[in-house]
Amino acid sequence: MRFSYYPGCTLKTKAKELNNYALKCVEALGLDVKEIEEWQCCGAVYPQARDEIATKLSAVRTLNYAKGEDGKLLTLCSACHNVLKRVNEDMISDANVRLKANNYLQLEEEYAGETEVIHYLEMLRDYVGWDNLKAKVVNPLKGVKIGAYYGCLLLRPSKVMAFDNPENPTIIEDFIKAIGATPVVYPYRNECCGAYVSLDEPAISKKKSNAILDSASANGADMVITACPLCMYNLKHMGDSVVDVKYFTEILAEALGVKED
Amino acid sequence: MEDKYLLSDVKRYSGTDTSACMRCGKCSGRCPAYNDMDIKPHQFVTLIERGDIEKLMQSKSIWTCLSCMACVERCPRNVAPAQVIEAVRDAVVRQQYANKIKAEDIPAKIDETIPQQLLVSAFRKYNK
Repeated sequence: MRFSYYPGCTLKTKAKELNNYALKCVEALGLDVKEIEEWQCCGAVYPQARDEIATKLSAVRTLNYAKGEDGKLLTLCSACHNVLKRVNEDMISDANVRLKANNYLQLEEEYAGETEVIHYLEMLRDYVGWDNLKAKVVNPLKGVKIGAYYGCLLLRPSKVMAFDNPENPTIIEDFIKAIGATPVVYPYRNECCGAYVSLDEPAISKKKSNAILDSASANGADMVITACPLCMYNLKHMGDSVVDVKYFTEILAEALGVKED
Repeated sequence: MEDKYLLSDVKRYSGTDTSACMRCGKCSGRCPAYNDMDIKPHQFVTLIERGDIEKLMQSKSIWTCLSCMACVERCPRNVAPAQVIEAVRDAVVRQQYANKIKAEDIPAKIDETIPQQLLVSAFRKYNK
């Protein structure tokens, strides 16, 4: 079974390490992952207005490409995952969006949401399994206390994302346990970092990011991990660095012993 | 555009039934941007019901909402305040010359560390 991989714009530029470590790890785990050809930007935010069609088309192109492979679209950036999954839901449940998007794209066969959108963490949980992942770990991160930072995009809206319990998620804590480290649960782990507002109102993102980092630190975390380049930017550059912030793929690569290859 | 069409358009684009609101305030209680909003999420739902679209279009909150969907998640009546706020913001930026940020403003705001994702997101939200 092959996963069609959608990296997205930031993973090829400012978040190269998130992408590179992820690819080293899928190799180490023996998974068949192939990057989509000629992919386009997903649009970065899901357009919520019901009459938005054009802004969803690039996501539909990506989804349709994956349908033509094995129907499994692998995402890594939280924002891309959120956009692709929500647009896919529109293609399933919103007849107006489906009709207009298909009319516009003129595909050989109508696209109606057949592709399954799978985040890298869901792939680890559902296709690798925590026990199998644990068995592949060569450098368990013993004694390292890690706070999972979920943010918004992976979890909400939960009716569509169906990623984990939106109020009390466990998937990243399970991941942390599987690589031998100790998860630290803290109240702000599913709070927003300030998102795109940091471009125009950095004070808001600064406040939000510091609240998250302070909460993680107060509960004993040595570092927090994220899957999102925008969260990474806000936490690192808007926050006051009370704890380190890393991409989860970096510590996965460390645990699997492929970080320095 | 006549105000009555504007209001019915915004309600339709929002894709949520604000008449189901029971005024419990959970949306605003959970909102991470609450302190940076002049009109709070629960007030957006009430004011759109009352038809006070002009007031909403002039609010600061349409620029400080983070679209984090926490309000949507907590609503016990399946109302989506974030979608109302976005529909109002769209009603503003879809007007001519009403973009909140413009391409020429960007160079002064960015440095080497800013991810593309941030720029694209902000443009999608604040510019049409």
